[in-house]
Amino acid sequence: MNVAPEVLHTDTKNVAAPATILDISSLWVSHHEQQILKNINLKIPKGRITAFLGPSGCGKTTLLKSINRLTDLHSGMKVTGSIKLNGNEILTAGNNLSDLRQKMGLLSQRPYPLPMNIFDNIAFGLKIQGIKNKTEIAHRVEKHLKQAAIWDEVKDRLKSPATKLSIGQQQRLCLARGLAVNPEVILADEPTSALDPISSRKIEEQFQELKNDYTIILVTHILRQAKWLADNIVFMYMGAVIEQGNPDQIFNHPQSDILKNYLSDSH
Amino acid sequence: MIEEKFFKYLMAVFTYSLIGLLFLILYEIFKKGFPALSWDMISQVPKGGFYFGKEGGILNAIVGSLYLALGASLLSILISLPVAIFISISLVKYEKWQHIIRLILDLLWGVPPIVYGAFMFSIMLSFGMKASLLAGIITIALLITPVMIRAMDEVLRNIPLGLLESSLSLGATRFETAVIFFRQALPGIATAFLLGFAKGVGDTAAVLFTVGYTDYIPRSVMEPAATLPLSIFFQLSSPIEEVKARAYAAAVVLTGIILIISVFSRYLSSRVSKNTIS
Repeated sequence: MNVAPEVLHTDTKNVAAPATILDISSLWVSHHEQQILKNINLKIPKGRITAFLGPSGCGKTTLLKSINRLTDLHSGMKVTGSIKLNGNEILTAGNNLSDLRQKMGLLSQRPYPLPMNIFDNIAFGLKIQGIKNKTEIAHRVEKHLKQAAIWDEVKDRLKSPATKLSIGQQQRLCLARGLAVNPEVILADEPTSALDPISSRKIEEQFQELKNDYTIILVTHILRQAKWLADNIVFMYMGAVIEQGNPDQIFNHPQSDILKNYLSDSH
Repeated sequence: MIEEKFFKYLMAVFTYSLIGLLFLILYEIFKKGFPALSWDMISQVPKGGFYFGKEGGILNAIVGSLYLALGASLLSILISLPVAIFISISLVKYEKWQHIIRLILDLLWGVPPIVYGAFMFSIMLSFGMKASLLAGIITIALLITPVMIRAMDEVLRNIPLGLLESSLSLGATRFETAVIFFRQALPGIATAFLLGFAKGVGDTAAVLFTVGYTDYIPRSVMEPAATLPLSIFFQLSSPIEEVKARAYAAAVVLTGIILIISVFSRYLSSRVSKNTIS
């Protein structure tokens, strides 16, 4: 059965609908004969937090990784359809793949700091972009560490290994690292799943601040997180989008039985 | 549980026997070789009559072995590093190919050193080349390259996919990503290098026909060179007791070199691994 159920609540009743930054249409992803995503059609609004919500294995991480083509790293992964970032097709991007990926910062489930010191972790992305001026690099490193609310904790030990930081600090360092390449979109794949509650809270608070300047896509299965952070929630189940809407629509007026069951099971 | 206790003690006995064996070997070598070890022994080349118990030392073999092992390890790392990076990064999507290449390397690893020696010897003959340091370096490089590649490959494939994703997400090119991988793998690469070096210092069979033997320190790669294992072999087969004792002294030197390399490699990898993620 490869037919996706009809999507309910397709449009939020916002008076002035925000511009679309990512336009996903007829996206099908399979891995060795197994359908992972089935006919995904989504418009991600610019400057908002969109949450992909759903149980484990529903395809939300695959959807996230298709957006910056990390699906390329897996053999046997077949992606068809269209994903457009500001009108530019991502799935057929060849030489400018690096440029496209720079427009989307990734925050993974657990932090993977680069094997270098704290300062260089941020400076790496700047150097990739061809910035050579040392004062500018130092200035930008400070700026991005402040953006990720970690500057005060690391300013006295910028030259020490990033791995010496706690896991929560490492995750904020990775956020700062992603911001350093000036992305338009932040792709966050369950960014708090490895963190303690206090560190999780810090990341969530940062997201609240960052949403003014960036579009954030947050993969999560934590209802509370989606409710608190998201402007737009995409509920996924078995590789398909079941419902989409604002938190009020999703949590207080669910339409489909699948979502109703999911919400009642999770409480 | 009685069985549990039995197997626990059995494992303990084997483990400690192995450690005991190492110390027994060291004890034997040091007991026999230490009295014959002198400054002359490690600072002079053999003089006339050295092999009959007269003056001289084994500096020719010490220097020869170090030249050989260093030359071969450097040559080998130049080949191994790009190959290991190619297998584990560029071929990441082609699991079948990775599998085949790894299998071939493991097979090469299992080929006995004497076969490498004979292979190189036949090539030398067809080129009219004489036994020389260069021929030895190439032979040892061939011998240790599969080990080095596989050691580095293991290190590289243990790098989490998340690091690759992180690097690519920052817009890094494949080359820049390879640099990240290199830094993460540096402790493992250093260990692989020293592993190859230690194997090169100690190997006898592969250099038997290819390096030759000389009482002098080679001044160019085209000259033959002496090696410690061969020096031990020649002296040990002497009927003269003094010369036999010197063979053990040479063994002390060889063991010492290998111990120093092992300890140094441990130290080095702990130093450079402070930045790497686990």
